[in-house]
Amino acid sequence: MIDRPRISSLGDDCVTVDFGNEISIDVNSKAIALAARLNADGFEGFIEAVPAYSSVSVFFKLAEVRRSAQELETALASVTRCIDRALENLSDALTSKGRIVEIAVDFGAQAALDLEHVAEFAGISQRDVVELFTSKTYRVYMLGFLPGFTYMGEVDERIAIARRETPRTSVPKGSVGIAGRQTGIYPSQSPGGWQIIGRTNEEMFSLDREPNSLLQPGDEVRFVPMP
Amino acid sequence: MSLVIRKPGILSTVQDLGRTGGRSFGINPAGVMDRTAARIVNTLLENDESTALIEMHFPAAEIEFDSPTVFAIGGAELDAQLDGKPISNWSTAFAGKGSVLKFRNKSYGSRAYLGVRGGFALDKWLGSLSTNLTAGLGGFEGRALKAGDVIECSSTDEYFPRTAGTSIVPLYHRFPTLRVIAGPEFGLLTASSEQEFRKQGFTLTNECNRMGFRLRGKPLNLLDRYEMVSAGVNFGTMQLLPDGQLIVLMADHQTSGGYPRIANVISADLPLLAQCGPGDGVSFEIVTVDEAERLALRFERELNFLRLGCRLQRQNAKR
Repeated sequence: MIDRPRISSLGDDCVTVDFGNEISIDVNSKAIALAARLNADGFEGFIEAVPAYSSVSVFFKLAEVRRSAQELETALASVTRCIDRALENLSDALTSKGRIVEIAVDFGAQAALDLEHVAEFAGISQRDVVELFTSKTYRVYMLGFLPGFTYMGEVDERIAIARRETPRTSVPKGSVGIAGRQTGIYPSQSPGGWQIIGRTNEEMFSLDREPNSLLQPGDEVRFVPMP
Repeated sequence: MSLVIRKPGILSTVQDLGRTGGRSFGINPAGVMDRTAARIVNTLLENDESTALIEMHFPAAEIEFDSPTVFAIGGAELDAQLDGKPISNWSTAFAGKGSVLKFRNKSYGSRAYLGVRGGFALDKWLGSLSTNLTAGLGGFEGRALKAGDVIECSSTDEYFPRTAGTSIVPLYHRFPTLRVIAGPEFGLLTASSEQEFRKQGFTLTNECNRMGFRLRGKPLNLLDRYEMVSAGVNFGTMQLLPDGQLIVLMADHQTSGGYPRIANVISADLPLLAQCGPGDGVSFEIVTVDEAERLALRFERELNFLRLGCRLQRQNAKR
């Protein structure tokens, strides 16, 4: 059984379902499973369910929900009922492991803009930073910030460097960055403050693919150094 | 059959009601800032309400119609003139071949919407024509309009003069009281900050754009330091920044945020905020979800009346 999560309004056309303010695979799996259930089988007026680290935001068309709702019932009450139904037996739908995706990364000096800085922070060699970074498998907890930008974790504590104090105005496309225990890949050139330790040639986001994003919440990622 | 952009104006973009279905992949909805204005304009033109329009600021674009076109303007009052003759907001108008539309002055509001009957012949991305400026995708080549751009659209000689009634046209002003619903982290405010939130006026700073409006007021405090993991946000979500100031997320907001979500501006009042600009002021009144829904549905009914009126006018003309 899963304890009933907290459901609150995010405006009059969205509610958010909160499983607890934490980053853990267990909680994230619940969020992903609930979002998947709702996206597969929504309700009248449903737009989309969006998973984050530990919560799901459910967007809907207020007028359409009201049209199909019981008399005098608010859209909020109607949507909450649908979410409660989707939460039933949610534990049966939990899958802790997603697809495993390998991503080739260039850790050379041209690409790894902050690698020297990270090595200094950790008090180890650049080679050891790469070794620590590539020895782990990372979970895609959520996407956000930019189309196709993944929030992955967790980075080894020894190299879990905070964001740059002054964000770059332009981070090259494909840059692999660290922000605390999170790692992520910039799918396109963009301003950004993550510490860049490498770059991939993979198209993280492409209109020629369905879905557009290479990675999805719940996927597992392994970084492989480019030869 | 097209619109020719003779002068681009400041940040003129193609927008519709936003792109949905991609938030899980970090694709933000974008879309018009003032949905009420966009929906009224499209309804007047008998377009589907999700038809794309051009969102303009001041100075606005100068546009030539290269074939007969029925159009309408709504939102900010920018003193529109077609070949030197004034064009009223919230009304349909007819442009003959070679006519030029200019906007002379700003009397109120921040954003005006130009819609044409039949909409623009552009390719949709994920079901929408909204311009996503961060990704450089969608709308017209994923960017703001430039001089010389040509936007294909429908040509028509079938023109019904009509004007939206006062019961539906929004009453924009520079110091609105916005109704809000308490957000998931509202309860984390100290009692005195909660009072401040309800009582004080907030000023819109210069940092106001399509992504969000930063407000300035007496700083608000949380009961405890709160480290929030990134969670969902919405158009109208008000986040409390570490310096105690509020930011209201607008149409180009990102799909998630890591700051406490104190409140959300209700759908019915978001257009009033969207038409404010730097130096304007807002205050907040907390309402229930029931009340927010009631107000949203009231607008839906007004829009339905307008839609029916337009249809009747067409049917009567055929007899």
